[in-house]
Amino acid sequence: MSSYQQAPEPGRIDARGVSIRLGQGSQAFEAVQALDFAIEPGEFVCILGPSGCGKSTLLGALAGHLVPSGGQLEVDGLPVDGPSPQRGMVFQHHTLLPWRSVLDNVAFGLKMQGQGKAERHRRAYEMLQLVGLGDFAERWPSQLSGGMQQRAEIARVLINRPRLLLMDEPFGALDAQTRSRMQELLLDIWTRIRTTVVFVTHDIDEALFLADRILVMSPRPGRFIEDLRLTFPRPRRSSLLTSPEFTHLKRHCLALLRHEEGRELPRLTPLGLPDSDHPPLRIAL
Amino acid sequence: MPSPLIRWPVRVASLLACLLFWQVAASHKLDLGLFTFTYVPTPGAVLDAAWQLVTSSTLLEHLTSSLSRVFSGYLLAAVLGVALGLLIGRSRWAEDTLLPPLEVLRPIPAVAWIPLAILMFPSSELSMVFITFTGALFPVLLNTIHGVEAVDPRLVASARSLGAGRLAILREVVLPGALPSIVTGLAIGMGTSWFCLVTAEMISGQFGIGYYTWESYTLQNYPDIIVGMLLIGVLGMGSSALVKRLGALATPWYRLRRAS
Repeated sequence: MSSYQQAPEPGRIDARGVSIRLGQGSQAFEAVQALDFAIEPGEFVCILGPSGCGKSTLLGALAGHLVPSGGQLEVDGLPVDGPSPQRGMVFQHHTLLPWRSVLDNVAFGLKMQGQGKAERHRRAYEMLQLVGLGDFAERWPSQLSGGMQQRAEIARVLINRPRLLLMDEPFGALDAQTRSRMQELLLDIWTRIRTTVVFVTHDIDEALFLADRILVMSPRPGRFIEDLRLTFPRPRRSSLLTSPEFTHLKRHCLALLRHEEGRELPRLTPLGLPDSDHPPLRIAL
Repeated sequence: MPSPLIRWPVRVASLLACLLFWQVAASHKLDLGLFTFTYVPTPGAVLDAAWQLVTSSTLLEHLTSSLSRVFSGYLLAAVLGVALGLLIGRSRWAEDTLLPPLEVLRPIPAVAWIPLAILMFPSSELSMVFITFTGALFPVLLNTIHGVEAVDPRLVASARSLGAGRLAILREVVLPGALPSIVTGLAIGMGTSWFCLVTAEMISGQFGIGYYTWESYTLQNYPDIIVGMLLIGVLGMGSSALVKRLGALATPWYRLRRAS
């Protein structure tokens, strides 16, 4: 039995009255306000909302990169306190270390745990094969295509066996073909490595195709306006996208999002405001 | 872009044209009013002086004195510049306490340090090392700070999410991320260290290429001045190229990214 096929970790999320303020002084605003929700272990949840609605901000708080200004955010009963390998994060653009080979990037989490080189390379290679990158282990990240970079990024997060897999529009920068292949691959991996997934997107098709449950968010301050449970059978294939039931739900989501049209907001990131000084990340030595 | 086969002859021809102009201007004692070639020795005279220096017994001592001064000052500046740069780039507290005094010292030219250096250090050898050190410190320091501050905060966030502590982030993310910029700083610092050599060796008693150049001026051995100047230029270029070469070896991913 290989190392990634272990019993699923718990990964329950409880949020009570979570608010997150961004910006400073008179520029400050509440990106999300008084959110109450619970996510069950092993659930695949998509947070769907227009650009700038605060869905990435919420993800940043779950990852521990942003600190809520109010309320409680708990994973398996413990408050979120800073970033942790238990809560893996995948950004829209990959964050592989350019100076490490793909294999060493995937093995990074194991290195941080103090595992020996041979063992961590063996497990990283296994993980790379799982995402279909076995032949690219020795390459530099810049030598991979966008889709391959995101696959390596997912492998790097999953090698830590996280309770939560947090994804911030991970396929948003890919072309349509690659994106749909990546969605199927993600579902395939998820059946083998069961973990709670919180997947942020503004793409209705993507949310409907992937999720067990969709939380629809309205912008500024971000609030959930719909909690949608999906019962499409798994495994899901692209033929689902043209089924009548899918179209019906898509129309429903479109109506919810259109409600908020005409308000163009700047994109927020899981690390706060896009062009800010990123104060939470400046760590004193 | 023309092929290298065409570009190299052009480069050599350009150098030869400069030499030819020098030869003509110096042998005809060209006087342009604003400046004059009357006292400028011809390339031939310089070549003779260079040959004399090469065959004399003092060249090796000049070279070893200068190289040891430049490299001790430079290495000290490299270590201190990178360490301070990492500290200042990563910590706001260090930036506020360390950067203001360094910014005041930065514009002071090497020449202005001479009297104080003589007063502060017990030997003239140490004062000379200090002056080459001041030359290299600031390019290394500023490029390190710049490199550290330009590290993508997402990479740091990601590494933290993967379980990296502060020291691991410094070693695995910040240092390699800043390395291309540090290498640039080290290469520039190598050059400025050589700039300061003549200044430093004005207080030398005996040996050094800078000393040789300055002494030739006071003794009115004009061809020797140019030999000294060219020697410093060639050595500076050579050591900068060495630093760049070593830097490229240390950052293989970086070359690749620029090439693609």
